[in-house]
Amino acid sequence: MSFELLFDPLFRVPFATGLLLAGILPLIGMYLRLRNEWLAALAFAQMASAGALVAMVLDGPMLLGGVLAALLAALVKGLLARAGASAYALMMLLAWGGGVLLVANHPLAEQAGHALFDGQLYFTGEGHLLATALAALVVLPVLACLSRPLLLARFFPEFYRARGQSERPRLLLFDLLAGLVVALATVSLGVMAAFALVFVPPLLAWRFGRGWKSGLALTGLAGMGGYTLAFALSLGLDQPFGPVCALLLVMPIVMTGVKFDRM
Amino acid sequence: MAGELLLRVVGLRAGYAGPVAGPLDFELRRGEIIGLAGPNGAGKSTLLKALWGGVRVFGGEVYKASGLQISHQAQGFDDLRGVPLSGCDLLGLTGADPAGLPPWLAGRLHERLDRLSGGQLQFLRLWACLAAPADLVLLDEPTNNLDRAGVAHLADWLGRAHGGQGIVLVSHDHAFIDQVCTRVVEVGA
Repeated sequence: MSFELLFDPLFRVPFATGLLLAGILPLIGMYLRLRNEWLAALAFAQMASAGALVAMVLDGPMLLGGVLAALLAALVKGLLARAGASAYALMMLLAWGGGVLLVANHPLAEQAGHALFDGQLYFTGEGHLLATALAALVVLPVLACLSRPLLLARFFPEFYRARGQSERPRLLLFDLLAGLVVALATVSLGVMAAFALVFVPPLLAWRFGRGWKSGLALTGLAGMGGYTLAFALSLGLDQPFGPVCALLLVMPIVMTGVKFDRM
Repeated sequence: MAGELLLRVVGLRAGYAGPVAGPLDFELRRGEIIGLAGPNGAGKSTLLKALWGGVRVFGGEVYKASGLQISHQAQGFDDLRGVPLSGCDLLGLTGADPAGLPPWLAGRLHERLDRLSGGQLQFLRLWACLAAPADLVLLDEPTNNLDRAGVAHLADWLGRAHGGQGIVLVSHDHAFIDQVCTRVVEVGA
């Protein structure tokens, strides 16, 4: 065990980057869950990982490749709203197949591929932190503005149309925000850790939140708490971050007995 | 004195792939409650949706007052099991004023919606549309799933507190229509 590594300056940037993302991802997850679109997060993550690998093979920045691929996926999702889960499944299969073939056939892609799929947070650099901080400055206030339209679209779908307005631009903007955040998380935390942080904390909020705002607070705290513990344990026990994070997040769901019919 | 003209409907025929309802003709002024009555399958709900553009209009015209704000309460409701949303959250979405809610519901606004009974939830949802800032309120079967106390409170409120709005409602409950509507328009089969 090497828990003293937690205080090594080398790991401060990866920790801060992940902590920011661990606070934002569950908020995105709340609204994806609200719209029954949580599977989209996995599609965005797979697309981001494939985009990052393609960028690396082409000698470009992985961060940019991942973000562009996920934004493209978000745009496709927004424009093909009726396709729903089928579109996400097709995107996932496409991205996964392409990504694994790249890893198998390109020597440069192998190490990066493992980092993306296993979740090796410790390769995260200052560029990731800067991009995440800038994204947080944009995403959080815009998400606060989109909250009411997203809730209205679920519970009063005619609200805007009866007033001669369309809710589509707001929904598309949310898709793009979700794609951006999930892409940043994928290239920083790995595919499954990013998905776990989108998917699991909202389950706790759904079960224990007393209202929407308390649910948002609860999900953000659960994400950041689970992430911090996972970071410490994976570093201290020299284990890959992604699986440790996913297992730690899932544990309270099992222990608190969140009902499966409410998932 | 008659209120401001909010809506003039002339020969309205509406439907989906083809026309299934109409023709419908009426005028609505602020302060009026018009009930659309007719047999099952006459297309009352379809015509109600046509008033805000929710279905395709195949003929006739709907003239609306300039800047008319419409609130529409549709039948049915999404499954709310597990969603962390309180009554306050729901009313806040549409901007509905909780003043005037029955006491058996006003005291439970901070509870999650999935802790309310079906009748309480339906009333709250109805209220979110009825008490939202709007000139024209369209109610589709508002008494569905309400218990007797809910229907009585709704009828009482409509009878005294809607002066600033015009209301068009569809209901299979003839007694309710007779009690609350200032005018009834028959929709043919």
